[in-house]
Amino acid sequence: MPVPPDVRFLKSHEWARKDGDLIAVGVSDYAIDQLNKEIVFLELPPVGRNVSVGAVFGVIEAVKAASDLYSPVAGKVVEVNESLPDNPTLLADDPYGAGWMIKVAPSSPADMDALLSVADYQKFCETEAHH
Amino acid sequence: MSQRIKIAQKDGKVSVEERTSAASIFERSVPGRTGFSLPAESADTAKKVDDAIPARFRRKSRAALPEVGELDVVRHFTHLSTRTLGVDTTFYPLGSCTMKYNPKINEDIAALPGNCHVHPHQPADTMQGLLKVYHDTAEILGKLTGLPGVSLQPAAGAHGEFTALLVMKAYFESRGEAHRNEVIIPDTAHGTNPASALRCGLEAVNIQSDSRGRVNIEELKSRLGPNTACMMITNPNTLGLFEDQIHEVAELIHAAGALIYLDGANFNAIVGRVRPADFGADMMHINVHKTFSIPHGGGGPGAGPICVRDFLAPFLPAPHIKFDGTSYSFDHNCPQSIGKVRSYFGNVNNVMRTYVYLRQLGEEGVRQIASYAVLNANYLLSLLAGAYDVPFGRRCMHEFVINATRQKNQGARAMDIAKKILDYGFHPPTTYFPLIVPEALMIEPTETESKETLELFAAAMLEIARLSAEDSSQVTAAPQSTPVTRMDELAAARQPVLSWPDSK
Repeated sequence: MPVPPDVRFLKSHEWARKDGDLIAVGVSDYAIDQLNKEIVFLELPPVGRNVSVGAVFGVIEAVKAASDLYSPVAGKVVEVNESLPDNPTLLADDPYGAGWMIKVAPSSPADMDALLSVADYQKFCETEAHH
Repeated sequence: MSQRIKIAQKDGKVSVEERTSAASIFERSVPGRTGFSLPAESADTAKKVDDAIPARFRRKSRAALPEVGELDVVRHFTHLSTRTLGVDTTFYPLGSCTMKYNPKINEDIAALPGNCHVHPHQPADTMQGLLKVYHDTAEILGKLTGLPGVSLQPAAGAHGEFTALLVMKAYFESRGEAHRNEVIIPDTAHGTNPASALRCGLEAVNIQSDSRGRVNIEELKSRLGPNTACMMITNPNTLGLFEDQIHEVAELIHAAGALIYLDGANFNAIVGRVRPADFGADMMHINVHKTFSIPHGGGGPGAGPICVRDFLAPFLPAPHIKFDGTSYSFDHNCPQSIGKVRSYFGNVNNVMRTYVYLRQLGEEGVRQIASYAVLNANYLLSLLAGAYDVPFGRRCMHEFVINATRQKNQGARAMDIAKKILDYGFHPPTTYFPLIVPEALMIEPTETESKETLELFAAAMLEIARLSAEDSSQVTAAPQSTPVTRMDELAAARQPVLSWPDSK
């Protein structure tokens, strides 16, 4: 799946992307594929919740396993993709577009610089697959 | 096959037709049919019921229960029992779960009236035999682990984890170290470890494994601190690997003033050969259904005894069982005890089964549990290692993990392989655990399987690998020979149908 070049990643497979003054957050197509694309349940934070780098902001549950979702950036949640929990197929079909999870007003926009580039993330996934 | 044939009577003719599935107990229901007869209700009884259950708590309409006779119920459940797989019907290599055969003599002895008809309120001097079994079982477990303080109260392995962590907390509190609230847990751990820690009000600190599938010592060092309470470690770990740096790990933990908790889930790989106390464990639980022999619970009733070092023993659940050289008694005078974690004495029948199993095997027999568990796993690994990728080498302890990414790239995921195994009449291995191996298939043959069974299973696995490479659709359509074929697990999870009327 083609990944927009301005998306940045955590090793735990969440992505972050600048969206005006906000930062959109979701999970990678690789992660959804690892969950066999069978997403059962999604728990997202309410608007107004503060998130910090590497801290849990939600839960994703698949037939195969449940995982915590970690925030790639710090700030305040200002938008939540409310329709996503009822339409989890969007996570597989359009992970970097309609499959966004939350939008964060960043407290430190420089958080983005510490994240993995698309190429580095893809390299990381390749080594992980052969663990 | 008779359950699949429907005999229908219509217009005076009898027809026989194949059914896709057997009649459910609801389809057997006939209005007004019952399987019992009770005396007619007296006015007095009706009044008592009215008094006991206020009107607002009573049903307004009848419950939608099947109306059937006793024989219908027997046939329904007996039929269901033939549509499932168990270790008494087939090989069941469910990694991490140790689905081994349980000798039937354990059941015979546990069913003896002197064991199963004892009342917990009987005076201790009328159940000396049972108390001796408790005392002696605890003594044997203490010897096997090197941890002499034993409680047989916990009702399951995870309950044992929880109990031991409470014991640890009480110990730290007694030393004025109640601030120690961090539990270090490797990423290969069973999910029960962080759950037990959180349930005890402690904090789980996750550390990653190194490239060899062992504890990452450098990361461990960086996570140690004055708040570290303990490390929960499984050894051998869930990758089926012995934590060969366990002495160094234990030294680091102890130097930080913390304790080592051994998750005893994989004790069957080392029991009788290694005493966990000797590699630094301060406390552990034993899953007696895995290491020894009781039925697998599915939630219970189980048993998860814990064994701890001397200095932790005063905090164990009360009462303790005492032997004064002539008779056995309950010692309720345990001022430092965390109290009870289970009513009465735990699941007595499971303690008895464990005792019988241990006494049947004896010291030398117990040593052979580990030998055969490890030998069988290595033999099976050697048969499969060519056709499947094994990420952590060709030697293992009692279980091993396959990475089926090669097959996934051909179109057959680990889950598809697991489903296909059902078509060969075997129960599948554990899938997608441990989490750090993609497309994981975790295989644990156990010590009770023969070489022939292992070879048959390997032949099925090799055939599946061949089919996957040739045309993966032959794998992804599975299972096709089972009473129920491929299930829509996603729909089952997202839109569960939980009652009969909803399913119509």
